Amino acid sequence: MTMLDDKLGDRQRLSYIAAQAADARLNVELETEGMTLNIGPQHPATHGTLRIIARLDGEQVVWAEPSAGYMHRGYEKLTEVRTYPQVTTLINRIDWLGSFANEVPFILAAEKLMGVEAPPRAQWIRTILFELSRIANVSLFLGDLGVQMGAVTPVFLAFRDREYVLNLIESATGGRFHPNFDRIGGLKDDLPAGWVQETKQVMKKLRNFCDEIETLLFGNEIFQSRMRGIGVIPREVALQYGLSGANLRASGVDWDLRRDQESPLAWKHADWKVFTHPDGDSFARSWIRLQETREATKIVDQLLDGMPAGPVMAKVPKIIKVPEGEAWVSTENPLGEMGYYVVSRGDLGPFRVKIRSASFNNISIVPWVLRGVYVPDIITILASLYFILGDIDR
Amino acid sequence: MANDIRAALGEAVVDSLVKPGDDVWIRVRTADWKSSLTTLRNALGYDYFCFLSAIDWMPSPYGRGEDDPTEPAPERDTTIRPGYCGGDTRMQVFARVVSSTTHMGVTIKADVPDGEPAVDSVSGVYAGANWHERETHEMFGIRFEGHPDLRNMYLPSDFEGHPLRKDFPLLARMVKPWPGIVDVEPLPGGGAESGDGE
Repeated sequence: MTMLDDKLGDRQRLSYIAAQAADARLNVELETEGMTLNIGPQHPATHGTLRIIARLDGEQVVWAEPSAGYMHRGYEKLTEVRTYPQVTTLINRIDWLGSFANEVPFILAAEKLMGVEAPPRAQWIRTILFELSRIANVSLFLGDLGVQMGAVTPVFLAFRDREYVLNLIESATGGRFHPNFDRIGGLKDDLPAGWVQETKQVMKKLRNFCDEIETLLFGNEIFQSRMRGIGVIPREVALQYGLSGANLRASGVDWDLRRDQESPLAWKHADWKVFTHPDGDSFARSWIRLQETREATKIVDQLLDGMPAGPVMAKVPKIIKVPEGEAWVSTENPLGEMGYYVVSRGDLGPFRVKIRSASFNNISIVPWVLRGVYVPDIITILASLYFILGDIDR
Repeated sequence: MANDIRAALGEAVVDSLVKPGDDVWIRVRTADWKSSLTTLRNALGYDYFCFLSAIDWMPSPYGRGEDDPTEPAPERDTTIRPGYCGGDTRMQVFARVVSSTTHMGVTIKADVPDGEPAVDSVSGVYAGANWHERETHEMFGIRFEGHPDLRNMYLPSDFEGHPLRKDFPLLARMVKPWPGIVDVEPLPGGGAESGDGE
């Protein structure tokens, strides 16, 4: 509470001081200590097994600490004993709701080191599948958000419409959850017949879903009062903690790696918008995600129309050796910036892979943001920060 | 951009590498690790903290774990060869910070002394480095001086060893033979064919 003091909003500073005072008063006058509340590791709001230890004073949190690591699978070590094509199988399972999006930056990093470029059609299909994983991922978030506040209907709508997207991913890649479809130099296969028409139908349904959620959930008075002004993260704090994706844009930072970074993928060929929100509260974070889902459907529609013909695989050797070097590639994944720092020694497999996952940084702000909030807000703040456990622990 | 960094950091920079259109790497002296990141953040506007981690440059004495455990282990070359921007020690810490206005990033490296691996903590500069340093401490055994709380994140607190160091064996690969690192199965009736392309 020293360094970031001046960055705090008035509300947070007041509530923190109040919490400190209350803690001292309780301890001294009533000779009691604050209560410790343990949330998780099994709790619906945690999307897996995150445990939050919170010390309370009455209804207020004076100290909170997430305890991750219940799902650490050691992927950074495992990549060192795998070949490059085998690594995609592992990294599929980092953010399991948007699996295809995990494969892309790693494959791009390997291609960068090899000096290989996938053909345009492959880049186009990669981008489409990337955005489909975003829609599948974030639509679940939108449904789940209602459940955290006691609204049961949105989650059924979300699961109904997410199913269409998963079916699309399945018919193109063969896997609903773990496509393992991206290859160094292109893609495993071209799209199946009739997929383009089907996708357009589904995108219409998804836009309806976004409208439905927007009126049903975001227009709801209870929802607004539970989300607005709660869990405010100012711009400087968000940047310092390395928040990315919708969490960063909700704090007013106009930065989207799809737009602001040179990338071989096809986002530059579509006309779409990056949304930001000045508030930095739970509502802003959720609202940005809703808008991004809708934009993603538009990106998919436009890319389907403009897709070039041609092969989906460049000429690459059957046994892939990546030349010596170091490469960093990150993309704007459903959860935020996901990147791989790949160190190669000219071997069949990487020498070292540092996996920079979005949720790890997004969750590291929890001790800061939960200070001074009320117990029911813990759930909505966690839900709005949106994390996947596999993406924290790796 | 690289010139700006070199000018601002002055003598702290040991080596730097610029790949146009790709990325910028700089290596700073271990003693200047914290002050360099402070300068990057406060004077040069690299306000977004991306990640911090470490690399163990010693090739693994266990290879890639594809050996037959019943055979004696083959001789392996374990000479330490550093990566971009060089290095004099076995381990290096590296971090990546990005400017939120220009969207340009830089990868900064520093050597970690061999005898007692320790560098200054930068969690006071970038608050987000807190967890990354905890993870690096537990995985590589590098101490971060001045870090508020270097507890383990993933492993039990009494765990011995540092899993991401190259001399930490991956037991799953040691106890049973790996089916083969080159995934080409012999065709029925013919020999294994390895053409190019699919």
